[in-house]
Amino acid sequence: MGIAAIDVTKRFGSYTALDNVSVTIPEGSLTALLGPSGSGKSTLLRVIAGLEQPESGRVLIGEEDMTNRPARARGVGMVFQHYAAFKHMTVWDNVAFGLTIRKRPKAEVADRVHELLELVQLEGLAKRYPSQLSGGQRQRMALARALAVEPSVLLLDEPFGALDARVRKELRAWLRRLHDEVHVTTIIVTHDQEEAMEVAGQIVVLNAGRVEQVGSPRELYDEPANEFVMSFVGPVNRVGDTFVRPHDVEVRLEPEEGCTEAMVERVVHLGFEVRVELVRDDGQHLLVQLTQEEAEQLELERGQIVYVRPRHETVFSAG
Amino acid sequence: MSKYVLRFGALGYLTLLLLVPVGFVFYRAFEHGVGPAWDAVTSPQAVHALELTLLMAAIAVPANTVFGVILALALVRSRFPGRGLVNAIVDLPLALSPVVVGLALFLLYGRGGWLGGLADHGIKILFAVPGMVLATMFVSLPFVVREVVPVLREIGTEQEQAAETLGARPFQVFRKITLPAIRWAVAYGVVLTTARAIGEFGAVSVVSGKIQGRTETLPLYVQAQFENFEVQAAYAASVVLALIAVATVVGLRAFHPREEES
Repeated sequence: MGIAAIDVTKRFGSYTALDNVSVTIPEGSLTALLGPSGSGKSTLLRVIAGLEQPESGRVLIGEEDMTNRPARARGVGMVFQHYAAFKHMTVWDNVAFGLTIRKRPKAEVADRVHELLELVQLEGLAKRYPSQLSGGQRQRMALARALAVEPSVLLLDEPFGALDARVRKELRAWLRRLHDEVHVTTIIVTHDQEEAMEVAGQIVVLNAGRVEQVGSPRELYDEPANEFVMSFVGPVNRVGDTFVRPHDVEVRLEPEEGCTEAMVERVVHLGFEVRVELVRDDGQHLLVQLTQEEAEQLELERGQIVYVRPRHETVFSAG
Repeated sequence: MSKYVLRFGALGYLTLLLLVPVGFVFYRAFEHGVGPAWDAVTSPQAVHALELTLLMAAIAVPANTVFGVILALALVRSRFPGRGLVNAIVDLPLALSPVVVGLALFLLYGRGGWLGGLADHGIKILFAVPGMVLATMFVSLPFVVREVVPVLREIGTEQEQAAETLGARPFQVFRKITLPAIRWAVAYGVVLTTARAIGEFGAVSVVSGKIQGRTETLPLYVQAQFENFEVQAAYAASVVLALIAVATVVGLRAFHPREEES
């Protein structure tokens, strides 16, 4: 089912976490709420889940107005950053929780739990306790637990935030595949633009309690609506009022038209990508991304003088 | 070397201050064999005192357990005006001398007190079991609260919220998630509450009127027998109290195995 948050405002004391936010999440999509900490992305998710009550505004899931319904009656599955595993229950009982509480027949519960443990690849660990699992396993258990009650929407609050980088990458790819399989409308909250772009079909960029832009990863990157989105969805160089992506900086060894002189400060080799830090003669610092091949041709060294010009630049109209 | 000084110093201190006096009680109780000791603790007066003591505990412990858990939940999970004050008041029984507690109850329920009129309506609080129960509840109130509060803080609310989104009603959340998470803290608090309720002397002494065979708990009985030079009875009853204490300490160890790990 689709989700709509309409004119939602949420305050904590004098602090406004969400300022008249409206967002529409299409049915079956995987949408990321992306923003820095304090942007209101988690609060928006919790308002949708029913764990926070907004001061004003409405929440619709499908056609139904959920604004005044308690979390337990909204049909949402929620996954928390720190797993929220029921520590005194086995993996099996954790996953079965939502079904047991609904007093479903034992055989049905058993079938469903089996099916889900298989889906999240934890079949062999049903009798373990959460403390005996790795972080990645715990989060997969939490996901199975949320899916057990067949939620109409799945809400993930920084689900991979507490995991190390390698496991995080694995789980992202796995989540993407899982979503292709189960097709439940999913919202994932993240502060990591790479994660959002890799996983989500639609991204909602939030900042200071407001929506900055909504679009596909490509749209956000290629046509950012404003400075904030431009600098949040990827690295950027700011020169006066113009913004240039590091891979849009052309580096030449000889001066050419439109070029500015700069000195190489540092060269960082990251495999395929080579990052070069430059300082222009007017003191402006520039970050440049080159492919390994380009870098090899230029044979850049620290202290070397080069000439740079933007291949493509963006200027936002004032305001 | 300093290791041994530390070890024997600590042991010696414990022995001198705790083990020797308590050991002497045991020694004097059984000085003339088990027979006289047994006779002393099975006298009608002693049995009644023991029963009364157990009754105090049987009322005060469940009441303070249920109330203690509710109070702990309120202190940790909700923000209400005066929360800091409530938090401080919970510690009052620990800081206040029990005699003062007894006196306060005496002033409240006694003749001329705010609730002194209850006696005229046939509700006898002072010099009767209700007053003694109130005094026992007062002094044993903080233990469950103080054990449960830090554990509630530590577990946080995420598990409860997860249960909520999975369809659990508030009471189901409490029974299936919160209670299992705090059960050891509650158990530990119950043991401490029991120990306090059974051993209480000062507050109960003031409100009970110490009527033999009527309002005399075991600690009061020990005191009365000792003052009447019935030392055999006093020692024997002390042994009963000491044995209850030993059982309590064993209970503490059973509920707090964590200490062994560190």
